[in-house]
Amino acid sequence: MTDIYDEGCAHCEEMMQPYLDHVLSDAEVREAERHLQECDKCRRRYRFEESLRRYVRLAVDEQMSPALKEKLSALRIPLD
Amino acid sequence: MAEAPSDANRIATGARDRVRFEEEALALSDQVYRVARHIANSREDAEELVQETYARAFRSWRSYQPGTNLRAWLLRILTNLNIDRGRRNQRAPQMQALEANDYFLYDKLADSGDGTTDEDRVVERLSQDDVVSALSAVPHDFRDVLVLVDLGDFSYQDAAQILDIPIGTVMSRLHRGRRILKRELAESVAEGDS
Repeated sequence: MTDIYDEGCAHCEEMMQPYLDHVLSDAEVREAERHLQECDKCRRRYRFEESLRRYVRLAVDEQMSPALKEKLSALRIPLD
Repeated sequence: MAEAPSDANRIATGARDRVRFEEEALALSDQVYRVARHIANSREDAEELVQETYARAFRSWRSYQPGTNLRAWLLRILTNLNIDRGRRNQRAPQMQALEANDYFLYDKLADSGDGTTDEDRVVERLSQDDVVSALSAVPHDFRDVLVLVDLGDFSYQDAAQILDIPIGTVMSRLHRGRRILKRELAESVAEGDS
């Protein structure tokens, strides 16, 4: 299968990060979505980017220890 | 005419405001730690940093403006402490060329492995350890922004205020930081294959 990567894809790629960050204008969102509807390859790559962001968040998530939580609470300044 | 509040009343109001501030700040500690953990280089550093942050926040609670973003205010203290403490002694990043397009990690993951190209499944080829070490390999200036925006859900504007840098710098560091992260992840795939 030949990959078709044209100017539309190049522009779509530029818009991917801001699209996923929700900082595009409404007109730009429409433009990106128009291309995504037509282009399977870009659509898959957007989906991948979203999956990757979700995956990274989960993978690096680390809860604070209960001991630290107690220490923070003890830092409060006592009432006179 | 209303009477001026007595000293005792003023003190009581001040104490009540302070207690409320402390409670609100403590309620955010999980979220603060989550970000701190990856701004700091290790769990121990992160724990110290969070404690120092809260100690300072409790001392200077009056400089917090009620109604503004308390989580951002706490993170600003934290990132400043991190810089003051010289915990950012990592070398400046080498400005080596990053792959030309944003999709190389997907291509790499999709091309290797069992042939699955399902977007949700190819990411699972990365182990949790791969992701944690890839993130820690991103140089500080880029990682701070990446962690605030992508893990802490701060807006570009908030990240700019927390780090005291222009919003354009936030955007360029975020862009570059995400690419560096992907490059590190792609390298972990290559190592896993060899």
